[in-house]
Amino acid sequence: MSPATKSASKSAPKSVPKKAAAQAPQPKATTPPADGIHPGSLLSITQLSLEEVSNILALAERLAGESSSKHATLLENRKLALLFYESSTRTRTSFELAAKSLGAMTTLVSDKSSSIEKGESLKDTGLTLRALGAECIILRHNASGSPYLLAKHTGLPVLNAGDGMHEHPSQALLDLRTILSRLGKKQAVTETTLDGITVCITGDILHSRVARSNALLLPRLGAKVILCGPQQLLPPEAVDLYPGITLERDFDKALQQSQVAMMLRIQKERLAGMQIDLADYQKQYQLHEDRYFKHAPNAVVMHPGPMIRGLEITADIADGPSSAIEEQVRNGLAIRMALLARALNGGAA
Amino acid sequence: MKSILIKGGHLIDPPSRTDRLRDLLIHDNKIVELGDPGKLNATAKKEGAEIIDATGLIVAPGLVDIHVHLREPGQGYKETIESGTKAGAMGGFTALCCMPNTSPVVDSPEITRWVLSPERNAVIRVFPVAAATRGSMGEAITEYGSLKAAGAVGVSDDGKPVLQDAVMHQALIAAARAGLPMIQHAENTKITVGASMNAGARAFRLGLRGMSVEAESGIVERDIRLVRELTTSGKGPRPHLHVQHVSTAKAMEAIRHAKRAGLHVTCEVAPHHFMLTDEAVEGYNTHAKMNPPLRSEADRAAMVTALLDGTADCIATDHAPHAVHEKEQEFEKAPNGITGLETALSLSIKMLHHQHRMPLLRLIHLMSTAPAHIMGLRGRGTLAPEAFADVVLFDPKSTWTFNARNSPSKSRNTPFDGQTLPGVVKMTISEGRVVYKA
Repeated sequence: MSPATKSASKSAPKSVPKKAAAQAPQPKATTPPADGIHPGSLLSITQLSLEEVSNILALAERLAGESSSKHATLLENRKLALLFYESSTRTRTSFELAAKSLGAMTTLVSDKSSSIEKGESLKDTGLTLRALGAECIILRHNASGSPYLLAKHTGLPVLNAGDGMHEHPSQALLDLRTILSRLGKKQAVTETTLDGITVCITGDILHSRVARSNALLLPRLGAKVILCGPQQLLPPEAVDLYPGITLERDFDKALQQSQVAMMLRIQKERLAGMQIDLADYQKQYQLHEDRYFKHAPNAVVMHPGPMIRGLEITADIADGPSSAIEEQVRNGLAIRMALLARALNGGAA
Repeated sequence: MKSILIKGGHLIDPPSRTDRLRDLLIHDNKIVELGDPGKLNATAKKEGAEIIDATGLIVAPGLVDIHVHLREPGQGYKETIESGTKAGAMGGFTALCCMPNTSPVVDSPEITRWVLSPERNAVIRVFPVAAATRGSMGEAITEYGSLKAAGAVGVSDDGKPVLQDAVMHQALIAAARAGLPMIQHAENTKITVGASMNAGARAFRLGLRGMSVEAESGIVERDIRLVRELTTSGKGPRPHLHVQHVSTAKAMEAIRHAKRAGLHVTCEVAPHHFMLTDEAVEGYNTHAKMNPPLRSEADRAAMVTALLDGTADCIATDHAPHAVHEKEQEFEKAPNGITGLETALSLSIKMLHHQHRMPLLRLIHLMSTAPAHIMGLRGRGTLAPEAFADVVLFDPKSTWTFNARNSPSKSRNTPFDGQTLPGVVKMTISEGRVVYKA
């Protein structure tokens, strides 16, 4: 693609040298890129300083608050590729709608309908997308760490839209936005923003990238994070994920301490032969009305989706007034708009 | 017939505990004589010997690596016997024991002889390890006697363990009868399905399935139990179990106990397991992916301790070449292993000699004399008169920068690329022929 198509973004400098044609303009990076990884990338929530988190939240707040016409051309003519090796409803659609509402062009490549089926490697798929003019790749992949590979070989900003059992950083940001607004906190965060707040994340922690990203972010803001689940789905080493995280097998006890209850789905696709007694799981870990009102009647209920109603959560809770589940989805759109703008602005939000 | 006089060097020969200035005279493919500096000049002159000045250098028996993958037959795009032996020569090695997990698997006398054929153009000596079971499938043991007759020096299903108790029991007996070591890759593959790194907090955070310490130590303990039963029964010859690439303190402890109990159990440690920990995996670096995986700092330190106190018998690289496109994949998809022949001596000098003050005599024992002994390679690992003229000349004091692209190996999958390391190999002589010169 020609460098001329890059001129839409008002904040971006013009006349990109030919060699860097495939890359986004780079005003200035907030953090220097590690071994050739573009600073606009978001591979792990751990790469963001709290200041950057605040900047992303602020940008999301602004984009969500203003009329859509104000930012409809922010990324006009910019090209984004959605590269999805796993199925997705929320993440894919919200990235796509976020991109389109900023005026960007998107293309979706999925493993089922592309040369990936013919055995093309992730590296070659990325290089192909870059050669076609993609300036940013949003990647969902079933292998942990694959965004690192893609970012390294393409030099493009890569947004991790969920990689295996590793991380889902945009989900952690949208969850944070949801928690902050539900608890009436400012969208600018510091180390003490969530002091006194306990968040319990319950369910299949072992296979959950959402749990990892949240557990790696929330304690940095002062929150206490309790990981809750049976031994099989919550191995003891999870406690070392971040200082201050605690493990609790007893869901009732976890709930009693929590202001936020984040529920997770059992990831059948990643069980790798593990046998789960679902009836027992339901009995011990399902969030239902009785349990909720008995132990945490005021807690904000969250779920990253997809939910399996009747297993980890019941309909009355999921659809009830304390549920922030739809708000999470809406916030996903705002956060992803901010992340796309950041990615194509060289890492500055 | 040709003679070589290596003079002025500091000669290290572990079997005779020689560790001082000595000249060395080689005739044809054998060592003839060691002498005080200048003592052999007259003889050398009479024979018209080529003179090699080794002033400032260590002169030692050529290094022996009892665990390498030369990838032939079948995977010549990763390495060939020619390219792998050239990489070995560059690293100061004069003998390599190559593993049978090729395509086809080296499980017959025919394939063993194919590996040994002069057409393979090996520049240093190659000693095949043959498969312990047919196709390395872990079910039916191969014919150890005829494999030995064809040139095999040991049996192993490296890359896969022999899991079934009954098969391992049978393999230990048959290997002992044939006078071969039974060489085990200790991994309980039933509990490492889908695992790609060391189990623990880091694997959890990276979202990678982990291989537990017990997956290694459990098999080592089981094997030792079988060796003990066979040894104490007094029936038949004593079995020799050699444990490959030990990576965990727990497995090493089991081996320590077995040795104290007088069992014939030996083991090796790979340089990466005493140099690196699973921290190297961060960023999903596939050049830090191997099996057994890089472990914790406590495990790494235990490997150093074992090499220092003699529990670990030798150093072996597990040189495992893979093509660039194979390592440039998603971490879980990328194959296990790194190359190691070029850097083993330097890494050992750096960690063991410099950092832990291990005398070079002991280091050469671990990299030459002991491994040759474990695999029964007669006339190797020593500079005694009549031994093969396998010699390495290196400068332990100066440094070099390793550039994997310049290695004669066909692959460059190594986490040590670009590092400046101590210990420069100046010359490698294999059976009287100079096969590498810096």
